[in-house]
Amino acid sequence: MATFDLELVSPERLLLSRPVEMAVIPAVEGDMGVLPNHAPMIVALKGGVIRVTEGGRETERLFIMGGFAEITPTRVTVLADEATPVATLSRAAATQRVTEAEAALAAAANDAPEIREKAMDRVMAARAMQEAAQAA
Amino acid sequence: MASLKDLRGRINSVKSTRKITQAMKMVAAAKLRRAQAQAEAARPYAQRMERMLASLGAAVADSPDAPRMLIGTGRDQVHLLVVVTAERGLSGPFNTNAGRFARARIRALEAEGKTVKVLTVGRKGATYLKREFGSRFIGEISYHNVKRIGFEQADELATRITAMLEAGEFDVCTLIYNRFQSVISQVASEQRLIPAALPANDTAAPTEGLPALYEYEPGEEELLAALLPKNLAIQIYRALLENAAGFYGSQMTAMDNATRNAGDMINRLTLNYNRTRQANITKELIEIISGAEAV
Repeated sequence: MATFDLELVSPERLLLSRPVEMAVIPAVEGDMGVLPNHAPMIVALKGGVIRVTEGGRETERLFIMGGFAEITPTRVTVLADEATPVATLSRAAATQRVTEAEAALAAAANDAPEIREKAMDRVMAARAMQEAAQAA
Repeated sequence: MASLKDLRGRINSVKSTRKITQAMKMVAAAKLRRAQAQAEAARPYAQRMERMLASLGAAVADSPDAPRMLIGTGRDQVHLLVVVTAERGLSGPFNTNAGRFARARIRALEAEGKTVKVLTVGRKGATYLKREFGSRFIGEISYHNVKRIGFEQADELATRITAMLEAGEFDVCTLIYNRFQSVISQVASEQRLIPAALPANDTAAPTEGLPALYEYEPGEEELLAALLPKNLAIQIYRALLENAAGFYGSQMTAMDNATRNAGDMINRLTLNYNRTRQANITKELIEIISGAEAV
């Protein structure tokens, strides 16, 4: 089956760089599956799980805390704010994040809408992390 | 002339100094390697970020309501200087170079009638600049209790700068830090953060035949508004890492020199010690012989 190059980088290191058959990435406006020869796109990502398919099987699941992806017909580059393989996610840490993010949102209740929105995004990302940790 | 006992004492103290500087040199070398590896690991993200920004920036640059971070406030009156230095000394001219560079910049800007605000990162820069420019300080950040600089710190700093930009507290933001050229050479330099200097978009288009026509989700401007703060953070992160690597490089060189100097000093002192010892023996002999002759 045709493949494209998937690169996953976080500010601290390069996590993944190899040809894959399909990748499902959590774009802000809904998850999207990317196959080779996809139209060029730049999308923003929300907190969620990237699923990688190779040889007809799902081989890799990585949780990302938001970021960006650049898609071209032959290559997909994901710039993640933070990325961890789902298998190593800790449920306790995820729960703690949710609590912290919710507290931050509550604290931002009287701030400008943009700030509230950002806090809300963080809560959503943290909840997605919790879910991913529970599923693993 | 110093007595034998004094000389022995001095030789011993210089010897223990040499031991310390030697140990510090080796510690710095080990930490330098780690810092370099970290800087290396951060490079792919920065490169890809640059590529994405180049294609996006070209699409938005002409629009009148492009984000502030890209085009600035349109004024050039209030300058924010972020001065990055190390937390510790004993590193040769490393901190002084950055401090001197910052001082020259502040003076030049003020001579032009601009308002200058200073934000220091690292204790050494703060102490260096505080006496002369204390009134321009708006903050001092210190990572002396942070074991390993991570992206977290850079992100925090970027958030703070962004908030200040939103509040209209400055027009131009410049970062001053020691660029890591090699282990033995760090160059104090400046980098403009805001308005952002976008990478030129001349590499992407010609290689792939047609210019890449990207679809954007959400729109260009929203994307750019989210990307630019990330880019700011990544640039700060890079500066912090280079600063850390440069610091260890500079410390290594300084400690190597100190070790060598201590060795030279020990040689000189030992020579002096032996001469004095011999002179003493000769003197005693003469005293004995002349005493025997007198009898």
